Amino acid sequence: MSEKILVVAETKDGELRNVSFEAIAAARKINAGGEIVGVICAAEDANDLAQELIYYGADRVVTVQHDNLKSYTSEGFGQAILKVVDEESPDGIIMGHTSIGKDLSPKLASKLNTGLVSDAVDVELVGDQVVFTRPIYSGKAFEKKIITSGISFVTIRPNNISTLERDETRTGDVASIDVDVKDLRTVIKEVVRKTSEGVDLSEAKVVIAGGRGVKSADGFKPLYELAEVLGGAVGASRGACDADYCDYSLQIGQTGKVVTPDLYIAVGISGAIQHLAGMSNSKVIVAINKDADSNIFNVADYGIVGDLFEVIPMLIEEFKKVAVS
Amino acid sequence: MNIYVLLKKTFDTEEKIVVTNGQIEDDAAEFIINPYDEYAVEEAIKQRDEHGGEVTVVTIGDEDSEKQLRTALAMGADKAVLINIEDDLEDGDQYSTSKILEAFFDDKEADLILAGNVAIDEASGQVGPRLAELLEIPYVTTITSLKIDGDTAEVEKDVEGDVEVIEVSLPLLVTCQQGLNEPRYPSLPGIMKAKKKPLDELELDDLDIDEDDVEAKTRTIEIFLPKEKAAGRVLEGDVQDQVKELVSLLKNEAKVL
Repeated sequence: MSEKILVVAETKDGELRNVSFEAIAAARKINAGGEIVGVICAAEDANDLAQELIYYGADRVVTVQHDNLKSYTSEGFGQAILKVVDEESPDGIIMGHTSIGKDLSPKLASKLNTGLVSDAVDVELVGDQVVFTRPIYSGKAFEKKIITSGISFVTIRPNNISTLERDETRTGDVASIDVDVKDLRTVIKEVVRKTSEGVDLSEAKVVIAGGRGVKSADGFKPLYELAEVLGGAVGASRGACDADYCDYSLQIGQTGKVVTPDLYIAVGISGAIQHLAGMSNSKVIVAINKDADSNIFNVADYGIVGDLFEVIPMLIEEFKKVAVS
Repeated sequence: MNIYVLLKKTFDTEEKIVVTNGQIEDDAAEFIINPYDEYAVEEAIKQRDEHGGEVTVVTIGDEDSEKQLRTALAMGADKAVLINIEDDLEDGDQYSTSKILEAFFDDKEADLILAGNVAIDEASGQVGPRLAELLEIPYVTTITSLKIDGDTAEVEKDVEGDVEVIEVSLPLLVTCQQGLNEPRYPSLPGIMKAKKKPLDELELDDLDIDEDDVEAKTRTIEIFLPKEKAAGRVLEGDVQDQVKELVSLLKNEAKVL
């Protein structure tokens, strides 16, 4: 049983990421009515963000403010969160399985000498036991795991656990603690933005993915347009990345990202087993491919056999109509 | 430079997963070097060729793991170490692995340790950072570029598609991301040479480890396959009509719009 749970919240471009609200919901599922304490590390005042965590279900929030927490480094954030853990002695810690979560959680687990379950898609309380469900072999199978020693420490995969209802009438204490963040051996010199503004692939509710059938980097343009209409993100198959149609950071599959959006539209993707591993747990899958025998149609809920360069522009127009109505 | 690579064997990506009696069947499976670890091996070789020194590939596994170690030697690594836990440790987890590696690295004075950013089977991505923490050295995960100059390195890190340029001191542990390099295939002379390169085999006793010290802190209680998806619907008719029908289905039947 995990009565007091720390939820390590995460911001991007100054805003809380949705997975942080999902982490609060996950905490609520396993803490048997105990306390949920949000944690925010930042270089500036984070009171508004703290309030938002409370609206989404945190009981109170601890903020750590220091100049060295302006950008994430494992050392800086590690020192800050270890201080909070030291003061709060939680029974559990939950964070998103994001770039930061993946980087930071093993360090904290090692320091705290505890087990860690990474990338859970569900958490539940069975009797007194917290049980975590997570994909293995990139979603070709799943395992249920328990932590046998130490606190319940888990990172959760974005888009799998529903957030609680936002409730502006909720109130809670927001406290700030001082940590001297120092002796950093890693220094971020520069951040080169390669992604477009907006939706991150792993958190996107809609993903438009292109494969070799898209034929060129130019061929991806209509996919970006469709993604914009639907508020989604663009991904790609390994074939498309290998052919240099797009950056490897967009790759979905057994090597690359695993995504579970509400809607996945596979465009010109044949559906190799390695690609399916990265997307087959999406809620609704649409396949558009001119080869009716493509394997992708075996996992798609809806399929259109046709020329993507004809179908996508029509889809864009049709989705625009729905958006307006 | 004293360079080490952490390597794990995994199922070939082509493999289907079969679960029998709650366990994943691995008898008939083809094993490969975890694809992300291949980037680590390649990078280690490149760094050695540029800066001098030696590349040692380390794996924790069973006697069958020799095959993947020989492949890494054939690619160009100098030495390999197999920490064979087959008889000692039944159900280790990432904690166990990192503690065993900590003991191994105790007297090694590594300048650079490379690993894959994640293994495509268990996919926890924990062992690298856990080990760095135990060795009290800095780490950078998901790197796509590594330039070493004396005691410092300039590293590019993939952060969900953006790139962070990071300056960090050595000794250092990095985990490798796709895009870092293009792993070479072993050449025939490489394969011949690899047969004669040193491959040490250790057991937990050799590292002064008691099984209890590395006992897992997590346990798998169930393994299952995802529900088979029912075959979907391929729409028919005029393309324009199909598009209209699709949007209507997504809105009214699937309710995802």
